[in-house]
Amino acid sequence: MIEVEDIQFTYPNRVEALKGVSLVIKDGEFVAIMGQNGAGKTTLVKHFNGLLKPSKGIVRVNGVETTKTSVAALSRNAGFVFQNPDHQLFSETVEEEIAFALKNFGFEKEVIEKRISWALNLLGLEQYKKTSPFLLSGGERKRVALASVLAWNPDTLILDEPTIGQDYQQKEKLRQFIAQMQAQGKTVVIVTHDVEFVAECNPRVLLMKEGRIVADGEGREILTTPEVLAQSSIVLPQIAQVFMKLTPLGLPKNVIDVYEAKEIVLKMLEKRRK
Amino acid sequence: MAIIETKNLTYTYPGVTKPSISDISIKVEKGEFVLITGPSGCGKTTLCRCLNGLIPHFYQGEFKGEISVAEMDITKHQTHAMAKHVGLVFQNPENQLFALSVEKDVAFGLENLGAPREEIRERVDWALKQTDIYDLRERSPHEVSGGQQQRVAIAAVLAMQPEIIVLDEPTSFLDPLSAEKIFEVIHELNKKLDITVVLVEHRLDLTAKYADHIIIMDEGKVCFDGNPREILSTEETRLIGVGIPKATLLYQLLRKEGMNLNNVTPLSSEELATLLLEAFKNA
Repeated sequence: MIEVEDIQFTYPNRVEALKGVSLVIKDGEFVAIMGQNGAGKTTLVKHFNGLLKPSKGIVRVNGVETTKTSVAALSRNAGFVFQNPDHQLFSETVEEEIAFALKNFGFEKEVIEKRISWALNLLGLEQYKKTSPFLLSGGERKRVALASVLAWNPDTLILDEPTIGQDYQQKEKLRQFIAQMQAQGKTVVIVTHDVEFVAECNPRVLLMKEGRIVADGEGREILTTPEVLAQSSIVLPQIAQVFMKLTPLGLPKNVIDVYEAKEIVLKMLEKRRK
Repeated sequence: MAIIETKNLTYTYPGVTKPSISDISIKVEKGEFVLITGPSGCGKTTLCRCLNGLIPHFYQGEFKGEISVAEMDITKHQTHAMAKHVGLVFQNPENQLFALSVEKDVAFGLENLGAPREEIRERVDWALKQTDIYDLRERSPHEVSGGQQQRVAIAAVLAMQPEIIVLDEPTSFLDPLSAEKIFEVIHELNKKLDITVVLVEHRLDLTAKYADHIIIMDEGKVCFDGNPREILSTEETRLIGVGIPKATLLYQLLRKEGMNLNNVTPLSSEELATLLLEAFKNA
Protein backbone atom coordinates (compact mmCIF):
# COMPACT_ATOMS: atom_id res chain seq x y z
CA MET A 1 0.00 0.00 0.00
CA ILE A 2 1.22 3.48 -0.85
CA GLU A 3 -0.01 6.33 1.33
CA VAL A 4 0.71 9.91 0.41
CA GLU A 5 -0.25 12.61 2.92
CA ASP A 6 -0.35 16.19 1.73
CA ILE A 7 3.11 16.21 0.17
CA GLN A 8 4.90 19.12 -1.41
CA PHE A 9 8.06 18.91 -3.40
CA THR A 10 10.32 21.71 -4.58
CA TYR A 11 13.33 21.05 -6.81
CA PRO A 12 16.69 22.73 -6.02
CA ASN A 13 15.99 25.21 -8.86
CA ARG A 14 12.90 26.29 -6.84
CA VAL A 15 10.37 24.78 -9.20
CA GLU A 16 7.43 23.72 -7.05
CA ALA A 17 6.53 20.42 -8.71
CA LEU A 18 4.03 19.17 -6.11
CA LYS A 19 1.80 21.56 -4.20
CA GLY A 20 -0.11 19.36 -1.78
CA VAL A 21 -0.94 15.87 -3.01
CA SER A 22 -2.75 13.21 -0.97
CA LEU A 23 -3.74 9.75 -2.14
CA VAL A 24 -3.86 6.09 -1.21
CA ILE A 25 -3.04 3.28 -3.63
CA LYS A 26 -4.13 -0.11 -2.32
CA ASP A 27 -2.38 -3.39 -3.07
CA GLY A 28 -3.57 -4.83 -6.37
CA GLU A 29 -4.75 -1.53 -7.79
CA PHE A 30 -4.01 -0.42 -11.35
CA VAL A 31 -3.63 3.34 -11.52
CA ALA A 32 -2.91 5.59 -14.49
CA ILE A 33 -1.57 9.05 -13.74
CA MET A 34 -2.32 11.49 -16.54
CA GLY A 35 -1.94 15.20 -17.11
CA GLN A 36 -0.09 17.75 -19.19
CA ASN A 37 3.69 18.04 -19.47
CA GLY A 38 5.13 19.53 -16.30
CA ALA A 39 2.07 18.68 -14.16
CA GLY A 40 4.23 16.76 -11.65
CA LYS A 41 3.38 13.16 -12.65
CA THR A 42 6.94 11.81 -12.78
CA THR A 43 7.89 13.75 -9.64
CA LEU A 44 4.99 12.13 -7.81
CA VAL A 45 5.79 8.55 -8.80
CA LYS A 46 9.47 9.01 -7.95
CA HIS A 47 8.23 9.37 -4.36
CA PHE A 48 6.75 5.85 -4.47
CA ASN A 49 10.15 4.14 -4.43
CA GLY A 50 11.97 6.80 -2.43
CA LEU A 51 13.94 8.23 -5.37
CA LEU A 52 12.60 11.58 -4.18
CA LYS A 53 11.69 12.46 -0.59
CA PRO A 54 8.93 15.02 0.01
CA SER A 55 9.90 18.56 1.04
CA LYS A 56 6.77 18.52 3.24
CA GLY A 57 4.30 15.79 4.10
CA ILE A 58 4.67 12.02 4.41
CA VAL A 59 4.92 9.09 1.98
CA ARG A 60 4.51 5.58 3.42
CA VAL A 61 5.15 2.41 1.42
CA ASN A 62 3.77 -0.69 3.15
CA GLY A 63 3.60 1.29 6.36
CA VAL A 64 7.19 2.51 6.29
CA GLU A 65 8.00 6.19 5.82
CA THR A 66 10.26 6.65 2.80
CA THR A 67 12.44 9.14 4.70
CA LYS A 68 13.26 6.43 7.23
CA THR A 69 14.58 3.80 4.83
CA SER A 70 16.85 3.54 1.78
CA VAL A 71 16.07 3.58 -1.95
CA ALA A 72 17.77 0.19 -2.18
CA ALA A 73 15.40 -1.33 0.38
CA LEU A 74 12.37 0.27 -1.28
CA SER A 75 13.46 -0.82 -4.77
CA ARG A 76 13.21 -4.48 -3.87
CA ASN A 77 9.44 -3.99 -3.62
CA ALA A 78 8.91 -1.27 -6.16
CA GLY A 79 10.35 -1.55 -9.67
CA PHE A 80 10.66 1.65 -11.65
CA VAL A 81 10.91 1.93 -15.44
CA PHE A 82 11.94 5.37 -16.66
CA GLN A 83 10.37 7.32 -19.51
CA ASN A 84 13.57 7.38 -21.55
CA PRO A 85 15.20 3.92 -21.65
CA ASP A 86 18.59 5.49 -22.35
CA HIS A 87 18.58 6.84 -18.79
CA GLN A 88 18.49 3.31 -17.49
CA LEU A 89 20.40 0.97 -19.82
CA PHE A 90 24.15 0.53 -19.52
CA SER A 91 25.13 -3.15 -19.99
CA GLU A 92 26.94 -4.74 -22.91
CA THR A 93 24.18 -7.19 -23.74
CA VAL A 94 20.45 -7.42 -23.18
CA GLU A 95 20.98 -10.51 -21.05
CA GLU A 96 23.47 -8.76 -18.75
CA GLU A 97 21.13 -5.81 -18.48
CA ILE A 98 18.38 -8.04 -17.15
CA ALA A 99 20.77 -10.00 -14.90
CA PHE A 100 22.15 -6.88 -13.22
CA ALA A 101 19.45 -6.23 -10.64
CA LEU A 102 18.88 -9.94 -10.06
CA LYS A 103 22.56 -10.37 -9.16
CA ASN A 104 22.43 -7.33 -6.91
CA PHE A 105 19.47 -8.74 -5.05
CA GLY A 106 21.47 -11.94 -4.53
CA PHE A 107 19.34 -14.42 -6.46
CA GLU A 108 20.76 -17.92 -7.15
CA LYS A 109 22.39 -18.48 -10.54
CA GLU A 110 19.70 -20.90 -11.75
CA VAL A 111 16.93 -18.56 -10.66
CA ILE A 112 18.63 -15.71 -12.50
CA GLU A 113 18.77 -17.73 -15.70
CA LYS A 114 15.15 -18.74 -15.42
CA ARG A 115 14.00 -15.20 -14.73
CA ILE A 116 16.02 -13.87 -17.68
CA SER A 117 14.52 -16.29 -20.18
CA TRP A 118 11.05 -15.67 -18.74
CA ALA A 119 11.42 -11.89 -19.17
CA LEU A 120 12.96 -12.18 -22.64
CA ASN A 121 10.12 -14.39 -23.75
CA LEU A 122 7.43 -12.18 -22.23
CA LEU A 123 8.68 -9.12 -24.08
CA GLY A 124 9.60 -10.83 -27.35
CA LEU A 125 13.32 -10.15 -26.97
CA GLU A 126 14.77 -13.71 -27.16
CA GLN A 127 16.64 -13.08 -30.41
CA TYR A 128 18.46 -10.11 -28.84
CA LYS A 129 19.81 -11.96 -25.78
CA LYS A 130 23.43 -11.39 -26.79
CA THR A 131 22.89 -8.04 -28.55
CA SER A 132 23.93 -4.67 -27.16
CA PRO A 133 20.81 -2.74 -26.07
CA PHE A 134 22.19 0.25 -27.96
CA LEU A 135 21.89 -1.52 -31.30
CA LEU A 136 18.15 -1.96 -30.77
CA SER A 137 15.35 0.33 -31.90
CA GLY A 138 13.78 2.87 -29.52
CA GLY A 139 10.75 0.67 -28.91
CA GLU A 140 12.91 -2.39 -28.29
CA ARG A 141 15.16 -0.54 -25.83
CA LYS A 142 12.05 0.47 -23.94
CA ARG A 143 11.13 -3.22 -23.70
CA VAL A 144 14.61 -4.15 -22.43
CA ALA A 145 14.24 -1.58 -19.63
CA LEU A 146 10.85 -3.08 -18.80
CA ALA A 147 12.22 -6.66 -18.88
CA SER A 148 15.07 -5.76 -16.51
CA VAL A 149 12.56 -4.60 -13.90
CA LEU A 150 9.89 -7.27 -14.42
CA ALA A 151 12.56 -9.97 -14.01
CA TRP A 152 12.93 -9.43 -10.28
CA ASN A 153 9.17 -9.59 -9.81
CA PRO A 154 8.55 -6.54 -7.60
CA ASP A 155 5.26 -6.15 -5.73
CA THR A 156 4.72 -2.71 -7.17
CA LEU A 157 5.51 -1.75 -10.70
CA ILE A 158 5.90 1.90 -11.64
CA LEU A 159 6.05 2.54 -15.39
CA ASP A 160 6.73 6.01 -16.75
CA GLU A 161 5.24 6.19 -20.27
CA PRO A 162 5.42 2.43 -20.97
CA THR A 163 3.71 2.61 -24.37
CA ILE A 164 6.06 5.10 -26.08
CA GLY A 165 7.37 3.61 -29.32
CA GLN A 166 5.33 0.44 -28.87
CA ASP A 167 3.17 -0.97 -31.63
CA TYR A 168 -0.33 -2.30 -31.22
CA GLN A 169 0.72 -5.89 -30.47
CA GLN A 170 3.26 -4.86 -27.85
CA LYS A 171 0.68 -2.67 -26.17
CA GLU A 172 -1.78 -5.54 -26.15
CA LYS A 173 0.87 -7.76 -24.49
CA LEU A 174 1.55 -5.07 -21.93
CA ARG A 175 -2.16 -4.80 -21.20
CA GLN A 176 -2.45 -8.55 -20.66
CA PHE A 177 0.64 -8.54 -18.48
CA ILE A 178 -0.72 -5.78 -16.28
CA ALA A 179 -3.99 -7.71 -15.91
CA GLN A 180 -1.97 -10.74 -14.84
CA MET A 181 -0.02 -8.69 -12.27
CA GLN A 182 -3.30 -7.42 -10.87
CA ALA A 183 -4.66 -10.94 -10.61
CA GLN A 184 -1.62 -11.75 -8.48
CA GLY A 185 -2.47 -8.85 -6.17
CA LYS A 186 0.34 -6.64 -7.42
CA THR A 187 0.13 -2.92 -7.77
CA VAL A 188 0.72 -1.23 -11.11
CA VAL A 189 1.12 2.53 -11.49
CA ILE A 190 1.64 3.99 -14.94
CA VAL A 191 2.29 7.56 -16.00
CA THR A 192 0.93 8.00 -19.48
CA HIS A 193 -0.36 10.31 -22.19
CA ASP A 194 -1.72 7.39 -24.15
CA VAL A 195 -5.48 7.88 -23.87
CA GLU A 196 -6.24 4.96 -26.20
CA PHE A 197 -4.22 2.58 -24.03
CA VAL A 198 -5.99 3.83 -20.90
CA ALA A 199 -9.34 3.46 -22.69
CA GLU A 200 -8.55 -0.20 -23.39
CA CYS A 201 -7.47 -0.97 -19.82
CA ASN A 202 -9.98 1.18 -17.91
CA PRO A 203 -7.87 1.61 -14.74
CA ARG A 204 -8.36 4.13 -11.93
CA VAL A 205 -7.27 7.48 -13.37
CA LEU A 206 -5.61 10.28 -11.45
CA LEU A 207 -5.55 13.51 -13.39
CA MET A 208 -2.89 16.05 -12.44
CA LYS A 209 -2.52 19.73 -13.14
CA GLU A 210 0.17 22.10 -11.91
CA GLY A 211 1.32 19.98 -9.01
CA ARG A 212 -2.12 18.93 -7.80
CA ILE A 213 -4.58 16.11 -8.39
CA VAL A 214 -7.68 17.53 -10.07
CA ALA A 215 -9.66 14.33 -10.67
CA ASP A 216 -9.60 10.79 -9.34
CA GLY A 217 -11.93 8.04 -10.54
CA GLU A 218 -12.72 5.27 -12.99
CA GLY A 219 -11.08 5.74 -16.41
CA ARG A 220 -14.39 5.41 -18.18
CA GLU A 221 -15.89 8.34 -16.27
CA ILE A 222 -12.87 10.64 -16.36
CA LEU A 223 -12.02 10.02 -20.00
CA THR A 224 -15.55 10.92 -21.05
CA THR A 225 -15.75 14.23 -19.19
CA PRO A 226 -14.36 16.80 -21.65
CA GLU A 227 -14.41 19.73 -19.19
CA VAL A 228 -12.14 17.84 -16.78
CA LEU A 229 -9.81 16.57 -19.51
CA ALA A 230 -9.36 19.91 -21.23
CA GLN A 231 -7.75 21.51 -18.19
CA SER A 232 -5.14 18.73 -18.21
CA SER A 233 -4.36 18.84 -21.94
CA ILE A 234 -5.81 15.38 -22.49
CA VAL A 235 -8.00 14.67 -25.49
CA LEU A 236 -10.94 12.27 -25.42
CA PRO A 237 -10.33 8.72 -26.66
CA GLN A 238 -11.51 8.37 -30.24
CA ILE A 239 -14.58 6.26 -29.41
CA ALA A 240 -15.65 8.80 -26.77
CA GLN A 241 -15.26 11.56 -29.37
CA VAL A 242 -17.60 9.70 -31.71
CA PHE A 243 -20.22 9.13 -29.00
CA MET A 244 -20.03 12.74 -27.85
CA LYS A 245 -21.24 13.69 -31.34
CA LEU A 246 -24.00 11.08 -31.29
CA THR A 247 -25.73 12.35 -28.15
CA PRO A 248 -28.53 13.96 -30.25
CA LEU A 249 -29.57 10.37 -31.09
CA GLY A 250 -29.92 9.55 -27.40
CA LEU A 251 -26.78 7.44 -27.16
CA PRO A 252 -24.81 7.39 -23.88
CA LYS A 253 -21.70 9.56 -23.54
CA ASN A 254 -19.48 7.40 -21.38
CA VAL A 255 -18.33 4.82 -23.94
CA ILE A 256 -14.61 4.22 -24.50
CA ASP A 257 -14.42 0.58 -25.58
CA VAL A 258 -14.73 -0.18 -29.29
CA TYR A 259 -16.55 -3.53 -28.85
CA GLU A 260 -19.04 -2.09 -26.40
CA ALA A 261 -19.52 0.78 -28.85
CA LYS A 262 -20.38 -1.70 -31.60
CA GLU A 263 -23.09 -3.38 -29.47
CA ILE A 264 -24.63 -0.04 -28.49
CA VAL A 265 -24.81 1.21 -32.08
CA LEU A 266 -26.33 -2.04 -33.35
CA LYS A 267 -28.95 -2.10 -30.58
CA MET A 268 -29.89 1.50 -31.24
CA LEU A 269 -30.25 0.78 -34.94
CA GLU A 270 -32.52 -2.16 -34.26
CA LYS A 271 -34.69 -0.02 -31.97
CA ARG A 272 -35.03 2.62 -34.68
CA ARG A 273 -36.08 0.09 -37.26
CA LYS A 274 -38.90 -1.24 -35.08
CA MET B 1 9.50 13.55 -60.70
CA ALA B 2 9.34 11.99 -57.25
CA ILE B 3 11.01 14.03 -54.49
CA ILE B 4 12.09 10.82 -52.74
CA GLU B 5 12.78 7.65 -54.62
CA THR B 6 14.51 4.47 -53.48
CA LYS B 7 15.30 1.36 -55.48
CA ASN B 8 16.07 -1.93 -53.71
CA LEU B 9 17.49 -0.02 -50.75
CA THR B 10 19.14 -2.44 -48.32
CA TYR B 11 21.19 -1.56 -45.26
CA THR B 12 22.92 -3.59 -42.56
CA TYR B 13 24.38 -1.95 -39.41
CA PRO B 14 27.98 -2.84 -38.59
CA GLY B 15 28.34 -5.89 -36.36
CA VAL B 16 25.00 -7.48 -37.25
CA THR B 17 24.21 -9.98 -39.98
CA LYS B 18 20.56 -9.25 -40.67
CA PRO B 19 19.76 -6.14 -42.74
CA SER B 20 17.60 -3.61 -40.90
CA ILE B 21 15.91 -2.67 -44.14
CA SER B 22 15.91 -4.76 -47.29
CA ASP B 23 14.78 -4.15 -50.82
CA ILE B 24 12.91 -0.95 -50.10
CA SER B 25 11.54 0.61 -53.28
CA ILE B 26 9.31 3.60 -52.61
CA LYS B 27 8.32 6.84 -54.30
CA VAL B 28 7.15 10.00 -52.58
CA GLU B 29 5.78 12.89 -54.64
CA LYS B 30 6.43 16.52 -53.78
CA GLY B 31 3.92 17.92 -51.29
CA GLU B 32 2.72 14.57 -50.00
CA PHE B 33 2.09 13.87 -46.32
CA VAL B 34 3.44 10.36 -45.88
CA LEU B 35 2.86 8.26 -42.80
CA ILE B 36 5.31 5.41 -42.15
CA THR B 37 4.24 2.83 -39.59
CA GLY B 38 4.84 -0.79 -38.60
CA PRO B 39 5.83 -2.91 -35.58
CA SER B 40 8.65 -1.70 -33.35
CA GLY B 41 12.03 -2.73 -34.79
CA CYS B 42 10.71 -2.97 -38.36
CA GLY B 43 13.25 -0.52 -39.82
CA LYS B 44 11.33 2.78 -39.79
CA THR B 45 14.07 4.75 -38.04
CA THR B 46 16.73 3.21 -40.29
CA LEU B 47 14.82 4.33 -43.37
CA CYS B 48 14.59 7.88 -41.95
CA ARG B 49 18.35 7.91 -41.43
CA CYS B 50 18.79 7.17 -45.14
CA LEU B 51 16.60 10.11 -46.15
CA ASN B 52 19.09 12.75 -45.00
CA GLY B 53 22.24 10.75 -45.67
CA LEU B 54 23.10 9.87 -42.04
CA ILE B 55 23.20 6.42 -43.58
CA PRO B 56 25.69 5.82 -45.25
CA HIS B 57 27.78 8.89 -44.31
CA PHE B 58 27.64 8.74 -40.52
CA TYR B 59 26.65 5.13 -39.93
CA GLN B 60 29.08 2.65 -41.45
CA GLY B 61 27.77 -0.74 -42.46
CA GLU B 62 26.66 -2.31 -45.69
CA PHE B 63 24.65 -0.10 -48.02
CA LYS B 64 23.07 -1.37 -51.25
CA GLY B 65 20.58 -0.03 -53.74
CA GLU B 66 19.73 3.49 -54.88
CA ILE B 67 18.22 6.51 -53.20
CA SER B 68 17.57 9.97 -54.51
CA VAL B 69 16.19 12.80 -52.38
CA ALA B 70 15.39 16.23 -53.82
CA GLU B 71 16.94 15.09 -57.08
CA MET B 72 20.25 14.27 -55.41
CA ASP B 73 21.96 10.93 -55.02
CA ILE B 74 22.35 10.66 -51.23
CA THR B 75 25.51 8.60 -51.48
CA LYS B 76 27.26 11.38 -53.41
CA HIS B 77 26.30 14.32 -51.18
CA GLN B 78 27.40 14.83 -47.59
CA THR B 79 24.80 15.20 -44.84
CA HIS B 80 25.44 18.95 -44.47
CA ALA B 81 24.68 19.48 -48.18
CA MET B 82 21.37 17.66 -47.65
CA ALA B 83 20.47 19.76 -44.59
CA LYS B 84 19.10 22.55 -46.80
CA HIS B 85 16.71 20.12 -48.43
CA VAL B 86 15.81 17.66 -45.69
CA GLY B 87 15.19 18.30 -41.99
CA LEU B 88 15.15 15.31 -39.67
CA VAL B 89 13.57 15.31 -36.21
CA PHE B 90 15.01 12.43 -34.22
CA GLN B 91 13.10 10.02 -32.01
CA ASN B 92 15.14 11.00 -28.96
CA PRO B 93 15.52 14.80 -28.81
CA GLU B 94 18.55 14.53 -26.53
CA ASN B 95 20.52 13.18 -29.46
CA GLN B 96 19.99 16.33 -31.42
CA LEU B 97 20.20 19.28 -29.01
CA PHE B 98 23.55 20.73 -28.02
CA ALA B 99 23.50 24.56 -27.87
CA LEU B 100 23.57 26.67 -24.72
CA SER B 101 20.10 28.06 -25.26
CA VAL B 102 16.91 26.93 -26.95
CA GLU B 103 17.09 29.92 -29.28
CA LYS B 104 20.67 29.16 -30.35
CA ASP B 105 19.75 25.57 -31.04
CA VAL B 106 16.90 26.66 -33.28
CA ALA B 107 19.10 29.24 -35.04
CA PHE B 108 22.05 26.88 -35.61
CA GLY B 109 21.03 25.50 -39.00
CA LEU B 110 20.22 28.92 -40.46
CA GLU B 111 23.48 30.41 -39.18
CA ASN B 112 25.37 27.60 -40.84
CA LEU B 113 23.66 28.30 -44.13
CA GLY B 114 24.79 31.91 -43.78
CA ALA B 115 21.29 33.41 -43.78
CA PRO B 116 21.10 37.20 -43.14
CA ARG B 117 20.81 38.16 -39.46
CA GLU B 118 17.36 39.74 -39.79
CA GLU B 119 15.97 36.70 -41.56
CA ILE B 120 17.40 34.36 -38.94
CA ARG B 121 15.78 36.45 -36.17
CA GLU B 122 12.42 36.38 -37.94
CA ARG B 123 12.40 32.69 -38.77
CA VAL B 124 13.63 31.60 -35.35
CA ASP B 125 10.94 33.63 -33.59
CA TRP B 126 8.33 32.24 -35.94
CA ALA B 127 9.43 28.63 -35.30
CA LEU B 128 9.56 29.20 -31.52
CA LYS B 129 6.01 30.57 -31.59
CA GLN B 130 4.66 27.79 -33.81
CA THR B 131 5.90 25.21 -31.32
CA ASP B 132 4.85 27.23 -28.27
CA ILE B 133 8.31 27.57 -26.71
CA TYR B 134 8.98 31.28 -27.27
CA ASP B 135 9.08 31.80 -23.50
CA LEU B 136 11.75 29.14 -23.11
CA ARG B 137 14.10 30.67 -25.69
CA GLU B 138 16.79 31.63 -23.18
CA ARG B 139 16.73 28.36 -21.22
CA SER B 140 19.23 25.57 -21.78
CA PRO B 141 17.72 22.81 -23.95
CA HIS B 142 19.07 20.31 -21.42
CA GLU B 143 17.13 21.66 -18.45
CA VAL B 144 13.69 21.64 -20.08
CA SER B 145 11.38 18.59 -19.99
CA GLY B 146 11.40 15.75 -22.54
CA GLY B 147 8.27 17.12 -24.18
CA GLN B 148 9.75 20.61 -24.41
CA GLN B 149 12.96 19.19 -25.89
CA GLN B 150 10.87 17.60 -28.61
CA ARG B 151 9.36 21.01 -29.38
CA VAL B 152 12.86 22.50 -29.63
CA ALA B 153 13.96 19.78 -32.07
CA ILE B 154 10.84 20.39 -34.18
CA ALA B 155 11.33 24.18 -34.08
CA ALA B 156 14.94 23.78 -35.25
CA VAL B 157 13.75 21.93 -38.33
CA LEU B 158 10.76 24.21 -39.00
CA ALA B 159 13.03 27.29 -38.91
CA MET B 160 15.01 25.87 -41.84
CA GLN B 161 11.82 25.41 -43.90
CA PRO B 162 13.41 22.62 -45.92
CA GLU B 163 11.63 21.01 -48.88
CA ILE B 164 11.22 17.79 -46.92
CA ILE B 165 10.62 17.30 -43.21
CA VAL B 166 11.21 13.82 -41.79
CA LEU B 167 9.85 13.26 -38.26
CA ASP B 168 10.55 10.09 -36.29
CA GLU B 169 7.89 9.78 -33.57
CA PRO B 170 8.34 13.49 -32.89
CA THR B 171 5.74 13.94 -30.16
CA SER B 172 6.07 10.76 -28.09
CA PHE B 173 6.85 12.69 -24.88
CA LEU B 174 4.14 15.32 -25.40
CA ASP B 175 0.68 15.33 -23.86
CA PRO B 176 -2.10 14.57 -26.37
CA LEU B 177 -3.34 18.12 -26.80
CA SER B 178 0.19 19.45 -27.39
CA ALA B 179 0.89 16.60 -29.80
CA GLU B 180 -2.27 17.41 -31.73
CA LYS B 181 -1.29 21.09 -31.96
CA ILE B 182 2.17 20.17 -33.32
CA PHE B 183 0.63 17.85 -35.94
CA GLU B 184 -1.75 20.66 -36.94
CA VAL B 185 1.20 23.02 -37.45
CA ILE B 186 3.04 20.44 -39.56
CA HIS B 187 -0.07 19.71 -41.59
CA GLU B 188 -0.58 23.40 -42.23
CA LEU B 189 3.01 23.83 -43.45
CA ASN B 190 2.51 20.82 -45.66
CA LYS B 191 -0.60 22.34 -47.24
CA LYS B 192 0.42 26.02 -47.36
CA LEU B 193 4.11 25.78 -48.27
CA ASP B 194 3.93 22.47 -50.13
CA ILE B 195 6.58 21.00 -47.82
CA THR B 196 6.79 17.22 -48.16
CA VAL B 197 6.28 15.51 -44.81
CA VAL B 198 7.45 12.01 -43.88
CA LEU B 199 6.12 11.10 -40.45
CA VAL B 200 6.94 7.91 -38.53
CA GLU B 201 4.18 7.12 -36.00
CA HIS B 202 2.53 4.24 -34.19
CA ARG B 203 -0.43 6.30 -33.04
CA LEU B 204 -2.61 6.34 -36.11
CA ASP B 205 -5.54 7.57 -33.99
CA LEU B 206 -3.75 10.91 -33.90
CA THR B 207 -2.21 11.04 -37.34
CA ALA B 208 -3.98 8.94 -40.00
CA LYS B 209 -6.34 11.80 -40.85
CA TYR B 210 -3.47 13.96 -42.13
CA ALA B 211 -1.91 11.40 -44.42
CA ASP B 212 -2.39 11.16 -48.16
CA HIS B 213 0.05 8.27 -48.47
CA ILE B 214 0.82 5.47 -46.02
CA ILE B 215 3.72 3.03 -46.00
CA ILE B 216 3.56 0.03 -43.66
CA MET B 217 6.78 -1.84 -42.92
CA ASP B 218 7.42 -5.19 -41.29
CA GLU B 219 10.75 -6.90 -40.68
CA GLY B 220 12.70 -4.43 -42.79
CA LYS B 221 10.41 -4.64 -45.81
CA VAL B 222 7.57 -2.55 -47.16
CA CYS B 223 4.36 -4.57 -47.01
CA PHE B 224 1.76 -1.92 -47.84
CA ASP B 225 2.23 1.29 -49.79
CA GLY B 226 -0.62 3.48 -51.00
CA ASN B 227 -3.81 5.32 -50.08
CA PRO B 228 -4.50 5.30 -46.30
CA ARG B 229 -8.26 4.78 -46.66
CA GLU B 230 -7.77 1.73 -48.82
CA ILE B 231 -4.92 0.23 -46.85
CA LEU B 232 -6.35 0.78 -43.38
CA SER B 233 -9.61 -0.85 -44.42
CA THR B 234 -7.92 -4.23 -45.01
CA GLU B 235 -7.82 -6.87 -42.28
CA GLU B 236 -4.13 -7.67 -42.84
CA THR B 237 -2.83 -4.35 -41.53
CA ARG B 238 -4.14 -5.24 -38.08
CA LEU B 239 -2.53 -8.64 -38.20
CA ILE B 240 1.00 -7.31 -38.53
CA GLY B 241 0.58 -5.17 -35.43
CA VAL B 242 -0.61 -1.86 -36.84
CA GLY B 243 -3.08 -0.21 -34.50
CA ILE B 244 -5.57 1.29 -36.91
CA PRO B 245 -7.58 4.27 -35.59
CA LYS B 246 -10.38 3.18 -33.23
CA ALA B 247 -12.92 5.01 -35.40
CA THR B 248 -11.77 3.00 -38.42
CA LEU B 249 -11.95 -0.23 -36.41
CA LEU B 250 -15.48 0.51 -35.19
CA TYR B 251 -16.50 1.23 -38.79
CA GLN B 252 -15.09 -2.15 -39.89
CA LEU B 253 -16.83 -4.00 -37.06
CA LEU B 254 -20.18 -2.38 -37.88
CA ARG B 255 -19.88 -3.13 -41.58
CA LYS B 256 -19.05 -6.74 -40.76
CA GLU B 257 -22.33 -6.93 -38.80
CA GLY B 258 -24.09 -5.83 -41.96
CA MET B 259 -24.68 -2.20 -41.07
CA ASN B 260 -25.24 -0.13 -44.18
CA LEU B 261 -22.50 2.52 -44.07
CA ASN B 262 -20.95 4.57 -46.84
CA ASN B 263 -17.98 2.69 -48.31
CA VAL B 264 -15.41 5.45 -47.85
CA THR B 265 -13.39 4.32 -44.83
CA PRO B 266 -13.33 7.00 -42.08
CA LEU B 267 -9.96 7.88 -40.51
CA SER B 268 -11.15 10.20 -37.73
CA SER B 269 -13.91 10.43 -35.15
CA GLU B 270 -15.52 13.34 -37.04
CA GLU B 271 -15.78 11.29 -40.22
CA LEU B 272 -17.24 8.26 -38.45
CA ALA B 273 -19.73 10.37 -36.46
CA THR B 274 -20.95 11.93 -39.72
CA LEU B 275 -21.41 8.50 -41.30
CA LEU B 276 -23.30 7.18 -38.28
CA LEU B 277 -25.60 10.21 -38.06
CA GLU B 278 -26.40 9.75 -41.74
CA ALA B 279 -27.05 6.03 -41.32
CA PHE B 280 -29.42 6.63 -38.41
CA LYS B 281 -31.29 9.28 -40.36
CA ASN B 282 -31.85 6.82 -43.20
CA ALA B 283 -32.86 3.95 -40.90
